[in-house]
Amino acid sequence: MPVRGRLPTIAGVSTLIGRLESWPLLRQLRRSDPCAVGDTAATERTRGLRARIRDAGKPVRSVCPYCAVGCGQKVYVKEGKIADIEGDEDSPISRGRLCPKGAASFQLVTGDHRIRDVLYRPPGGTQWDVLPLEKAMDMVADRVWRTREETWEDTAPNGERVKRTLGLAHLGGATLDNEENYLLKKLYTALGVVQVENQARI
Amino acid sequence: MAENHPVGFQWVMEARERGATIIHVDPRFTRTSAVADIHVPIRPGTDIAWLGGLIRHVLEEEAYFKEYVLAFTNAPVIVREDFRDTEDLDGLFSGWNAQEGKYHVDSWQYEGAGTIPAAGHKHLPADAGAGADAPDKRPATLQERDETLRHPRCVFQILRRHFSRYTPEMVEQICGVPRALFAKVAETLIRNSRRERTAAFCYAVGWTHHSVGVQYIRTASILQLLLGNMGRPGGGIIALRGHASIQGSTDIPTLFNILPGYLPMPTTKHGGTLAKYIQGNRSPTGWWSEFPKYIVSLLRAWFGDAATKENDYLWGELPRLTGDHSHMTTVADMADGKVPGYFVMGENPAVGSPNAGLQRKGLRNAKWVVVRDLAMIETAEFWKSAPEVQAGEVRPEDIQTEVFFFPAAAHTEKEGTFTNTQRLLQWREKAEEPPGNARSELHFVFHLGRRLIEKARASGKERDLLLRSLVWDYPTQGKLQEPSAEAVLAEINGYTWPDRNPVPGYAELKDDGSTACGCWIYSGCFSGGVNQTARRKPGREQSWVAPEWGWAWPANRRVLYNRASADLEGKPWSERKRLVWWDAAKRRWTGEDVPDIIADRDPAYRAPPGVEGLASIGGNTAFLMQSDGLGWLYAPTGLIDGPLPTHYEPLESVVKNALYGQQCNPTRLEYRRRDNRYHGAYDDPAYPFVLTTFRLTEHHTAGGMSRWLWWLCELQPEMFVEISPELARLRGITHGGWATVSTARGAIEARALVTARLRPLQIQGKTVHTIGVPWHWGTVGRSTGASGNELLALVADPNVSIMESKALTAHILPGRCDRGRHPSTLGPTPSPLEPGDPRRDLPQVGTKRPMPTQEP
Repeated sequence: MPVRGRLPTIAGVSTLIGRLESWPLLRQLRRSDPCAVGDTAATERTRGLRARIRDAGKPVRSVCPYCAVGCGQKVYVKEGKIADIEGDEDSPISRGRLCPKGAASFQLVTGDHRIRDVLYRPPGGTQWDVLPLEKAMDMVADRVWRTREETWEDTAPNGERVKRTLGLAHLGGATLDNEENYLLKKLYTALGVVQVENQARI
Repeated sequence: MAENHPVGFQWVMEARERGATIIHVDPRFTRTSAVADIHVPIRPGTDIAWLGGLIRHVLEEEAYFKEYVLAFTNAPVIVREDFRDTEDLDGLFSGWNAQEGKYHVDSWQYEGAGTIPAAGHKHLPADAGAGADAPDKRPATLQERDETLRHPRCVFQILRRHFSRYTPEMVEQICGVPRALFAKVAETLIRNSRRERTAAFCYAVGWTHHSVGVQYIRTASILQLLLGNMGRPGGGIIALRGHASIQGSTDIPTLFNILPGYLPMPTTKHGGTLAKYIQGNRSPTGWWSEFPKYIVSLLRAWFGDAATKENDYLWGELPRLTGDHSHMTTVADMADGKVPGYFVMGENPAVGSPNAGLQRKGLRNAKWVVVRDLAMIETAEFWKSAPEVQAGEVRPEDIQTEVFFFPAAAHTEKEGTFTNTQRLLQWREKAEEPPGNARSELHFVFHLGRRLIEKARASGKERDLLLRSLVWDYPTQGKLQEPSAEAVLAEINGYTWPDRNPVPGYAELKDDGSTACGCWIYSGCFSGGVNQTARRKPGREQSWVAPEWGWAWPANRRVLYNRASADLEGKPWSERKRLVWWDAAKRRWTGEDVPDIIADRDPAYRAPPGVEGLASIGGNTAFLMQSDGLGWLYAPTGLIDGPLPTHYEPLESVVKNALYGQQCNPTRLEYRRRDNRYHGAYDDPAYPFVLTTFRLTEHHTAGGMSRWLWWLCELQPEMFVEISPELARLRGITHGGWATVSTARGAIEARALVTARLRPLQIQGKTVHTIGVPWHWGTVGRSTGASGNELLALVADPNVSIMESKALTAHILPGRCDRGRHPSTLGPTPSPLEPGDPRRDLPQVGTKRPMPTQEP
């Protein structure tokens, strides 16, 4: 260190040079990198930063849930939690790219908008109540059964055999998996429910 | 495409780098237009006139790919003598029946031959003349032809006459596209088509959102067939669909009118026996002659040993359709109190479906509603936060609907397949368990089914036979008792019965009950007991077709109809554009892709006259799903509104139809109700502007997956309506200021975005302005705003029951909205219904139109 009244020692000068060296602007000028596109702008802190997926191990292979292009996603999991979702460069469809929505899917699955409880609003109610999952499933099964009994038609008004109910309807499927749609259609058809629809018609 | 399918658009950009010309036809200037070579602003709702103009140009300039057209299309086929075109009847085809308000389609058929629509009759259930195996009809392959294309009744000449008035001048008058721009597009398209080059059409499903939506796609198909662009690399018509598995949910349908693999749902017209159903839907010729194998294998997969040959595999127990049971009909019925129970899974109709106010009226009049989603969406909270509740028109205390909200598992919290827009199935692995009581739909439906089957076993009633018989033995895993998605996929693929060995593909399915298959077109996805959809060989280590990434239906074929990429002898039309070809030494079809023809069928083979089954497929057959193996320039059957596309104005339009006396599609589906009012047919001074809806890059459909994410809300924070500077000046609206948009259904307010991206067009001597409305917003979420769907009506294409949301009329005023009472909150609809505007239909069409719903 230069000290007043004394000539700087060789060690002091080299420390000063070292300090100036660590000043990014000087580094940029000396290494002809005025826009700092090389590593001249890096600091000790930035050099110490690590990608949040570093300890995540092998990614889980997934597919973007938004539009129908079907971009590949790599889901990184650290300690049982999703650490990040990135584009999959192996995909011949997307070659590692994701659009603003696909790139936000990490927030879609981890955000605080996710509801964790089954909620119930009784007739005329003004707020939600929490229900246990199994009880709610039983309640829905009871309502399906009762409505089906009440609205069953063996024949249409003109006498033709129809064996169905028009008292039950379903909407949704374009965001679901094929396996889910398959079981839905199978169950509804066996129940005699024909009003089954999804976004494909919207 | 750059806005709504940005990552798919990288391939368009790559093509452009290699010299492709990009043409963008869109009412708005978007990020796609910004990088396109040519942008064509067009009046919404006029694409048939636009494409029809191009068809006329290609025919009149003799610019079609003649060898291809003669080899693979029905251009030479002779049509019946009693067929009359819209040119003869001022906008109607022959066969209109005013009493029934629909066409009888007999006269549209080929001379002497009966065709069957591919995949049977989904919308023409066994109508006389619809091709249903009438005994006096010869198979479609026995059609009469004129290879010179000169016969006045051959398809080629009918096509010429039909589009003869779709001139560049007419296109200019209807679409607002200047003649010079039309000429430039026509020249570019022709120069980039035919033997050595190919052109592709990409459309987002806004093309289907018209009362003539199916005919939009038909017009593009005709053009692509004429130019030789079907079944060839770089060609085709690519539907860019908007949801991760919207293709899958059509193939394995949560749709009313079909069973898995596009088999028609039984209707009362099919009668009581499986034989009659098969007779009405099986084509004697072409690949659909295999129809019985697919329905029998499906019934075996669903009902196992309970389905026997003796009991018709329980086909007679299936529920029957009696008409249109689309979501629009259902919701109108629900609003009238006729549908007590409603499941909504991963969809948000209170925001995302047409006439959102009527959708919520439906929810208010249901007895119970189950909503499954990731976040608290408007459809679950219609009793609390809907616009009419906020306005005090409806009180939560008065809404008697029970509402269940079940939290759903996200895509990373379950295994399963999505089918993307190019028919590719991709398996997703599971990364973590869902939070709290969130579960997958697979879990929900499996455990609900388990409960209901128990009730059915206890009941012993005849009506519960199907439920009692249901094969529902999927293994469950882990502490959440999650059913195995792979076990379900294995059933979809199909296996032998009863020993359950996976079948290698649909060619191995049988019609004697010895195989079971949940969806015949997906058969092969679990070939060899291996999950083919989970294949992940990096694209860079494969050919450009990348056949080892995922699995595409059918048979892992990536380009449909690819037999058309080779000439009659099986040689590629062009070496530059080769895809599959006949290997004469090995006597097999081979190539980059899985050939879309029977693998060892010699190109020289011609079916003996009258032969049925797969033997009817000649070596020259490029479209083997068709009963005659041909690409249909003219559709003799399968469509409700005509064998050829015809320009009709939207239900609500600012101008009169310049081509015909018939203003609108005469077969459109209307819902005439006070809570679903329509404007005048045209020239309605109350609603002088065109309204079109659109999506934004940063949001997703009804917002359920985007309006809660602050990353996305920051990028696109607020609802707006987009108008041109000219319209802004005309109405005194300022950029960034409030504006109110209204239609007969209601009014919404939003900030005005005044840009030159929307421009006024000159149509029939007047200036036509367009208002652009995004439809992502609703009343809950991080970013809230008015829903565009408040403005839309239930009115639909008759072939597929898809609503008209891309072209209607509206008004816009500066300032905030004094919406008044919403039509959907005014109580019961009075009877009789309001009559329609007579200017929409010719007098001979009559006023009787089959109503999809009857009110009490």
